[in-house]
Amino acid sequence: MTDIIDRPNAPDFEPPGTREPISTSSEWTFDLIRQYDEEIAKCAAEFGLDTYPNQVEVISAEQMMDAYSSVGMPVGYNHWSFGKQFLSTSKGYQRGQMGLAYEIVINSNPCIAYLMEENTLPMQALVIAHASYGHNSFFKNNYLFRTWTDASAIIDYLVFARHYVAECEERHGVDAVEEILDSCHALMNYGVDRYKRPAPISASEELRRQKEREEYQQRRLNDLWRTIPKMGDDDDPIHRKKRFPDEPQENILYFIEKNAPLLETWQREIIRIVRKLAQYFYPQRQTQVMNEGWATFWHYTLIHRMYEKGLVNDGFMLEFLQSHTAVVYQPPFDSPWYSGINPYTLGFSIFTDLRRICENPTEEDRHWFPDFADTNWVESLHFAMKNFKDESFIQQFLSPKVMRDLKLFSIQNDDQEDFYRITAIHDDPGYRILREKLARQYNLSYREPNIQVWNVDVRGDRSLTLRHIPVDRVPLGQETEEVLRHAHRLWGFDVHLESVDEGVVVEEYHCPPHEIEDD
Amino acid sequence: MGMTHIVDRRLNGKNKSAVNRERFLRRYRHHIKKAVADAVQRRSITDIERGEKVSIPSRDIEEPIFHHGQGGNREVVHPGNKEFVTGDTVPKPPGGGGKGQGQGQASPDGEGMDEFAFQITQEEFLEFLFDDLELPNLARKKLKDTEAFKYVRSGFSTQGVPAKLDVVRSLRGAHARRLGLGGARKKKIRELEEQLAALKSAPDDLDPAFSHEDQIQILEEEITRLKANVKRIPFIDEIDLRYRQHLKQPKPATSAVMFCLMDVSGSMTQMHKDIAKRFFILLYLFLKKNYKKIDVVFIRHHTSAKEVDEEEFFYSRETGGTIVSSALKLMHKIIESRYSPAEWNIYAAQASDGDNWNDDSPVCGKLLADNILPLVQYFAYVEITPQDHQMLWYEYEKIQEQYPQSFALQQIADPGEIYPVFRQLFERKAA
Repeated sequence: MTDIIDRPNAPDFEPPGTREPISTSSEWTFDLIRQYDEEIAKCAAEFGLDTYPNQVEVISAEQMMDAYSSVGMPVGYNHWSFGKQFLSTSKGYQRGQMGLAYEIVINSNPCIAYLMEENTLPMQALVIAHASYGHNSFFKNNYLFRTWTDASAIIDYLVFARHYVAECEERHGVDAVEEILDSCHALMNYGVDRYKRPAPISASEELRRQKEREEYQQRRLNDLWRTIPKMGDDDDPIHRKKRFPDEPQENILYFIEKNAPLLETWQREIIRIVRKLAQYFYPQRQTQVMNEGWATFWHYTLIHRMYEKGLVNDGFMLEFLQSHTAVVYQPPFDSPWYSGINPYTLGFSIFTDLRRICENPTEEDRHWFPDFADTNWVESLHFAMKNFKDESFIQQFLSPKVMRDLKLFSIQNDDQEDFYRITAIHDDPGYRILREKLARQYNLSYREPNIQVWNVDVRGDRSLTLRHIPVDRVPLGQETEEVLRHAHRLWGFDVHLESVDEGVVVEEYHCPPHEIEDD
Repeated sequence: MGMTHIVDRRLNGKNKSAVNRERFLRRYRHHIKKAVADAVQRRSITDIERGEKVSIPSRDIEEPIFHHGQGGNREVVHPGNKEFVTGDTVPKPPGGGGKGQGQGQASPDGEGMDEFAFQITQEEFLEFLFDDLELPNLARKKLKDTEAFKYVRSGFSTQGVPAKLDVVRSLRGAHARRLGLGGARKKKIRELEEQLAALKSAPDDLDPAFSHEDQIQILEEEITRLKANVKRIPFIDEIDLRYRQHLKQPKPATSAVMFCLMDVSGSMTQMHKDIAKRFFILLYLFLKKNYKKIDVVFIRHHTSAKEVDEEEFFYSRETGGTIVSSALKLMHKIIESRYSPAEWNIYAAQASDGDNWNDDSPVCGKLLADNILPLVQYFAYVEITPQDHQMLWYEYEKIQEQYPQSFALQQIADPGEIYPVFRQLFERKAA
């Protein structure tokens, strides 16, 4: 039976033991979970995984769906969209379409991971290895998370946000709060600073500063708008042409929070809350392949290590491998189940292959990865985990072998042609092209339209103009007008959006919509 | 690396998303109301108390965000190449765009789902129905409480809350206890006192050796001791307290019959009938909470009346004139033959657009007053019309003056006006 189990190479520093398996039944108990966790922790330490302390919470399926529907926030403010999410999650779960085991782990200190009560023991062990040691070490060490999130403050901040929103509902009514939240959610992806590092969030700080902001903000706003009607400025053509803001602003929500003329203080505060949450989730959106790949690599490696030590038996491994295989299954592009590249598969393949490159490099590897061939694989993998995000990680580490294994190819779809064109495949001339194309696919500003605040008509009708810079002539989607209505609700005056491709306005949207113009 | 903390969370935080669900239902109440209204039309009036599936068009429920649309010149990397080599071209399927290139808004479920469907619970269903009927909260609660119990006296208990203390019983108990504990001693005291009196009244012996003095002293001491003993018996003790005990008992297993009377002459449109149906549903729900067994009798009439099943009652049409008394007569006949008022609680609900053959209205009044109202618990009449009243209404108004407790009438143009007809009924049964 052991033949079918693929053993990775054991690290040299501890000889395989011949111990009794921790358990032989697949029923879990709290005591067994504790024992497994202790052994997984020992294995993780052998490989130098550096984690926050763990908190493992055993929950029911219903609670898991709760956690799902609040996008993994253990405490969230109330909003109808979470209710909607819960309904569709529970529907999927009842139909048996969805396993609920993997996804939820909170980037917090201690790192909270959920185990569902109905899982078998091997599944619980898998989730612990995956979430509590894999994701956890990623959260603690990846540079994006280190830069943009404060794991020790997030729970307190969520509690603060929940209370604040509830208080606003009491004061201003559920409808008024819901409207603002709807509009903020519509622009949530445009509520992040991509380059500037924001101040870390903390609840007590937040409470203290909230009062100060109330006064300060109003004063600041008045300053901005007071300069408007100053006579004399209009005569100065240079001054007149100056845009506000001077530079395009990528953080649309931040811009609105600080500059929208009519918002009340509590409304600005709610924008701020949504913005802060967007910022907190921003690293996760940019590291999906890496994060899942890393966690999957480690649940695979750690559980195999347990097997080598004799801590789990063949039956356990079979069940484990079955789950693992399902996680990393990649349907081909022409399969009815295909819905894009599976991030688990891609990430797991790259990390696994990087280990191979370190340990058993071929000539090809020495040529492609001279810096990594024949290095300590644990150190090299940690280096890769710490210093990259999906885009750069793929650009750096996607190997020809992985491209061959996954049989990657790139296809061009030009709306001005009647055919698709295959531009590269997994062969020598194609590797670099594929790698570049795939890396670009994970660039957030390529995945999402690039839209920034362009100008405010400070002297005139106070309208806000957003500018969209299309990539590859790809236009905006059908919901654009709808989103603009939300922007309009927040800004309080007309909002325009223009798509500008190489200096030419190719498309315009307006809210309120313009009548057909006759110039 | 710190120790792992393992927590069992299964017991707390249940139903955490209840508020979010409520927010969701609130936001889409118009869709849900419509689904509930459709269900009310579709379902039998005896089949109102269960949940319902609600579908909302996906476009109404989407949370819009900026995303890429179709078009442009894009390149996407896919897995699973079989025979393609670089430079191959593949004709696009006719009809433009072709398959999505995995960039934008493919629905997460894969296949196009243009409906967001979910289930509302029985409780939520009734809540929306009651919204429609503008039922006040108290009445809702009475209709929704799934367990209809009443409290019946069931003797006395030594434990209970002060409010249920039975003073008479407790004092009686205390008295008995005092008797029980003190009785023997009091008897002894009486005996000793008699002896003492005897000694005291006896002529003094001259010989001091036979003096009663020390005897008297002993007796007096004994009496004092006994009296002190008796005095220490508390007037009322904890063990004396008696509390009235109540037991939850299911509502009496009595039966009710509900007569639904409706005019189906040509002037009653389907809209009228839908409003009438809500009116009957409300009465049915009310009865269901109060009686274990309910028969429903449907009587429709135009110039003549007929007992029919529910389907025919609500959905077949007739033409011609209207003679309301025919229905009342039939109802009376059915009561006499099948529903003896001694065994059945009789309720009736009548819906009409107010039309009646003029000469018939006084007949109706008389029938109600003489034959029907003495037999029934409650008779409710709704006139579904925005127009001026006709003769029947004025006749019925007179009836209401005579029987304010068992007869109610209301003119309604929309379902929200139905409830007032029942107000009295709900209040009366509240006790």
